[in-house]
Amino acid sequence: MTLSSLRQQLLAGQTTPAAILSGLAGAIAARDGRTGAYLSHDLESAMAEAAQADLSLPLGGIPIAIKDNINVLGQPCTCGSRFLAENYRSPYDATVIRKLRAAGAIPFGRMNLDEFAMGSSTENSALQTTRNPHDFERIPGGSSGGSAAAVADFTAIAALGSDTGGSIRQPASHCGVVGLKPSYGRVSRYGLVAFASSLDQIGPLTRSVEDAARLLQVMAGPDPLDSTSLEAAVPDYLSGLNDGVKGLRLGLPKEYFGEGIAPGVRRQVEAAVQALAAQGAEVVDISLPHTQYAVATYYVIAPAEASSNLSRFDGVRYGHRAANPTDIPDLYQRSREEGFGPEVKRRILLGTYVLSSGYYDAYYSRAQKVRSLIRRDFETAFTHVDAILSPVTPSPARKLGGSAIDPLEEYLSDIFTLAPNLAGICAISVPCGLTAFDGAAALPVGLQILGPHLGEALLLRIARATEVQG
Amino acid sequence: MPQPHIDVRYVANLARLELSDAEIATFQPQLDAILGHVATLSQLDVDAIEPSAHAGLVFGRMRADVPLPSLPLAAVLQNAPDQSQGQIRVPKVVADA
Repeated sequence: MTLSSLRQQLLAGQTTPAAILSGLAGAIAARDGRTGAYLSHDLESAMAEAAQADLSLPLGGIPIAIKDNINVLGQPCTCGSRFLAENYRSPYDATVIRKLRAAGAIPFGRMNLDEFAMGSSTENSALQTTRNPHDFERIPGGSSGGSAAAVADFTAIAALGSDTGGSIRQPASHCGVVGLKPSYGRVSRYGLVAFASSLDQIGPLTRSVEDAARLLQVMAGPDPLDSTSLEAAVPDYLSGLNDGVKGLRLGLPKEYFGEGIAPGVRRQVEAAVQALAAQGAEVVDISLPHTQYAVATYYVIAPAEASSNLSRFDGVRYGHRAANPTDIPDLYQRSREEGFGPEVKRRILLGTYVLSSGYYDAYYSRAQKVRSLIRRDFETAFTHVDAILSPVTPSPARKLGGSAIDPLEEYLSDIFTLAPNLAGICAISVPCGLTAFDGAAALPVGLQILGPHLGEALLLRIARATEVQG
Repeated sequence: MPQPHIDVRYVANLARLELSDAEIATFQPQLDAILGHVATLSQLDVDAIEPSAHAGLVFGRMRADVPLPSLPLAAVLQNAPDQSQGQIRVPKVVADA
């Protein structure tokens, strides 16, 4: 059941918003004990909103699950962290929530994530393990793992996530759902708990490309409360959805099809590329020569911004405060030591180091310059091709048990998803079949489609063509 | 690019993190390995390249300088770990005279 088909049933009087919520609550009770996608959900307040739902609005009466790092008035916003798990309640709605409500949607459910969105498995959540509905011994991906798992598990109709280096696309790929990272500035970040402000974007995770288009339609647009949001007019993302790919030039970057890709991933992605070619797209080889530097660049810039953003978690105004502090430095240091998990501490340390006196130029300035080169790679590519195709990840979902995995090894597996955030372009993950992998019979594989700044309509159109043939 | 080695205890203090000895022992080799990978950036000649501090098409756009309502005091204080007389309470910051 997609959001789009549910909307038709609502308009035809075949169901009601309250019935949809009851159905979800039943599904959560039946299945989420195992999947662990939801950190919390408030059926009572959602039912109150359902009673008021205006079905004439674009998302009227549709519940949307929200990653637990996006503020919804009166609800928890744990960020998967002990720091905010005790008794924090959001004092305001994020702009995307305000827009969803204005379109008639009902925010319902707080979805698990890697702590402060730092990770690719949701195992860095301090609060709960989330499992992949396709194989309960495997990760759902991350950091928006709860959002992706719930949509795949039919315990949510659609969800919001955030993507700083692949955190929407990678879990979408691992769970077999659609995940869209809009261009930087297309969607307001106001009310998203900041991880890396020059990379973060909020986007939808859905069961169909059309659903992603419907959500983006509502979420996109300028916001006076986010100075990085773009003034550009929001196009109609639905009207051209089925226009096909005939005549489009699609680039295959050789750096994204090298060694280290699981054979089943390569096979499924190549089959999806062939199918687009069969529909009339022209497929051409291209090069993004600075791809090999994306991980190193990202792991300077993202931790640097995180170390600054997370300085607000000091135990003074909200969140965890250590017991019986002797003085202010003791309050800061022990509150942060007790409140943050290991991955967050690792990134704060890394970020503080690369910004510290004597190292700033060698690390941070240099990474910013390489970021320019990575941006330029894409700008050059988009003078030759309309969009770029690649795998989302080198392998399908790995098994749970990431604490035994070396952090650098985990970072390197994000190679295909980091560069679009560094360049600020838009990117989507769309399911392109299943493959056997590492003892599992059938795990989802995702095709990543990259488009130029504000190229979301084109991305959705190509993704829709992939979905149709798949 | 400097030899990748991070003085974890020193940096932890800058970051206002009180780490245990066990944490420092865990983080030290992990951070050195990550910085070792970051050192690959020194292979590139970037002298003539302008840095990108952001990924947007626009930057530094200001909204009209018009006051907007702030959050009500009660909404702000509802999340405060400790409060008194409508303000957030913290340990004494200045020493006794």
